[in-house]
Amino acid sequence: MDAREVSTTPSTASMLRFDRVERAAHWTIALLFIVLILTAIPLLFGSFFGLVLPRFRVERIHLWAGLALPLPLVVSLVGPWGRRLRNDFKRFNYWRRDEVRWLRSLGDTALRAEKFNPGQKLNAIFVGASILLMLATGSMLQWFGLFSISEREGATFVHDSLALVIVVVIVGHIYMALTHPGSLRSMITGTVSRQWASNHAPTWLEELDERSNR
Amino acid sequence: MITPRHASAGRDSTKAIGRRVFIGILGLGAMGVAIGGRVQSLLGSAVGSGLGGVLPFGDRFRIYSITGTFPSISRAAFRLEVSGLVERPRTYTIDELEAMPATSLTKTFQCVTGWKVPDVEWRGVQLSHLLHEVGVRPDAVALTFESYDKADTESLTIDQAHLSDVIVAYRMLGGPITTEHGGPVRLYVAQMFGYKSLKWLSAIRVVDHVEPGYWEQNGYPVNGWLDGSTGPVNPHPELT
Repeated sequence: MDAREVSTTPSTASMLRFDRVERAAHWTIALLFIVLILTAIPLLFGSFFGLVLPRFRVERIHLWAGLALPLPLVVSLVGPWGRRLRNDFKRFNYWRRDEVRWLRSLGDTALRAEKFNPGQKLNAIFVGASILLMLATGSMLQWFGLFSISEREGATFVHDSLALVIVVVIVGHIYMALTHPGSLRSMITGTVSRQWASNHAPTWLEELDERSNR
Repeated sequence: MITPRHASAGRDSTKAIGRRVFIGILGLGAMGVAIGGRVQSLLGSAVGSGLGGVLPFGDRFRIYSITGTFPSISRAAFRLEVSGLVERPRTYTIDELEAMPATSLTKTFQCVTGWKVPDVEWRGVQLSHLLHEVGVRPDAVALTFESYDKADTESLTIDQAHLSDVIVAYRMLGGPITTEHGGPVRLYVAQMFGYKSLKWLSAIRVVDHVEPGYWEQNGYPVNGWLDGSTGPVNPHPELT
């Protein structure tokens, strides 16, 4: 990590939390999720509207958006441009004991968070695993000829019930973003203030300061 | 390599938990695929038919429409035209269909994409009965079914059409067939996947070759035989 991460004037310093690649991946995935949810509603609940969109066309849009869903992550991760995202993936993986405790107590125990708090880490892991599961079960439903009826039923069950959980998680994610403008801003502009970092990610701030002082 | 660290703890106090959680979620998903069909049936009977239409699980109908609308056909305006390679082409009103010998069937309605609704009761007239009335000519090979939605079509071979559980249905679950379920009159082919049971039936043409229907042109098997465990297998090898 280099000194670019910490500004030379600490009082007004802004620190890079998400680079362009990470932000582009996030917003592309967000857009695809919106398309997937909007097209899923008439596919699942068509009868409630009395009038449904031409099903085959809606299905096509849903299919292509679904197949595209993992691409932003894959493209962002594979190249030299993905260094920061790959590092953040490592952060999602490694958990300290007090982070586990914090999550178990639903945020009730003391925690000096690193770049991401345990809730944010869990969200990232859940969304990542969900993308894979939805891709797999969605593909089973699209290319159903390769699978038995009971497997298709299982895939339908997982695809539908996981979709419900994903929507709940996304609504929670949006709520957290809207109630934490500093975090939301960092996913738009890429940066957070030193003040934000010392409040929300003190261990990360120490880590960066230590590096730049080395 | 980044090893997030705690102010008061060494780097060896971190564990690769994220990966385990990630794999755990994938494992749950795989388990769901393995047993989901049974879980869905249990949930479906647990939540009942009231909530079944709201929650994304449970055994319930998913309503499909190709055109984006449901054609609205009054009982009085409904006509079923039977034409093509027949001796006596004619049209039927609902009253005329209901006056013919009725057949009732209670079966699981199974969609090719993996949802099903158990114990759906249908009532209608055997298609073979209509075919007998109009007199199928010897050069006939197949039937083409047309829908009031002017988009969906279906096909059956003459032999398939004569199966005793292929009916022209006018009642479902104890009442008239609703518009969203393809009423007032739809085809019901009990031994095939749901897409073969064309909704809003308007015409039957007897033809000299199988004309693949709408869903078949979009990749579904022309012979949509059901088979409970191993996928679409033709239980009637003589009828292909």
